[in-house]
Amino acid sequence: MVTPFLFFLLAVVAVTAALGMLFSRNPVSSALWLVLNLFCIAGLYLTLNAEFIGIIQVLVYAGAIMVLFLFVIMLLNLSALPTLESLDWKAVAGFVVAMVVLAQLVYMLASGLGALPTTILAEQAAATGDASTIAKELFTRYALPFEVIGVLLLVATIGALMLAKRKPI
Amino acid sequence: MEITLNWYLALSAVLFTIGVMGVLFRRNVIVIFMSVELMLNAVNLTLVALSQSMGDVSGQILVFFVMSVAAAEAAVGLAIVIAIFRNKLTVDVSEINLFKY
Repeated sequence: MVTPFLFFLLAVVAVTAALGMLFSRNPVSSALWLVLNLFCIAGLYLTLNAEFIGIIQVLVYAGAIMVLFLFVIMLLNLSALPTLESLDWKAVAGFVVAMVVLAQLVYMLASGLGALPTTILAEQAAATGDASTIAKELFTRYALPFEVIGVLLLVATIGALMLAKRKPI
Repeated sequence: MEITLNWYLALSAVLFTIGVMGVLFRRNVIVIFMSVELMLNAVNLTLVALSQSMGDVSGQILVFFVMSVAAAEAAVGLAIVIAIFRNKLTVDVSEINLFKY
């Protein structure tokens, strides 16, 4: 169902952008690499026929959260700080831990090869991915979690204001 | 060739590992936050791929909630970063060790 060329293009750009975020010295360019990565993941959602989640990804992540990150980076004027990071035993230990995590994930993936349905059916995916199906579930079966998440966002907004104020009460 | 579910799962495993490496390597707390967002996105990709392959919409509902909680977490976390920067004038996590001893 998915064009392999499109998938591999998006996957390669996503991994490259993630590595660029990891290795760039400047936090602003780190954030911009992450924006590119988020756009690629939104494109991957579209190749999976999940249009609603893809559009929400662009709106919420690339539009709201990353603007917040860039705003804070530029507010704090981080370019004045020394950003030199030396490669020491902590970095080597971190690399070993990350490779152990990757090995575990690949092992889980390989051991579940026979258990999962591998092919993604286009018409089934298109039926589950559109906004009306998600809205039907979200406002009937998941209505209470939906309300709770609204309260959580309100609490987070007030908490962020209280934390970032100059003189806490 | 056909792109199956396992390609998506492998891609999200790689992205998750890059996020883990970002948390472990970097010392700038804002970059660590961005790596956490990258890990959340990798898990979201897994959820959407599994949801679409099984024809069950619940995975995408969970992705919706994960995005909401990620927005709340980013707002509160960046407010904490601003408060710490105001007191200590740094965002280096090796300098922020008030609770270490």
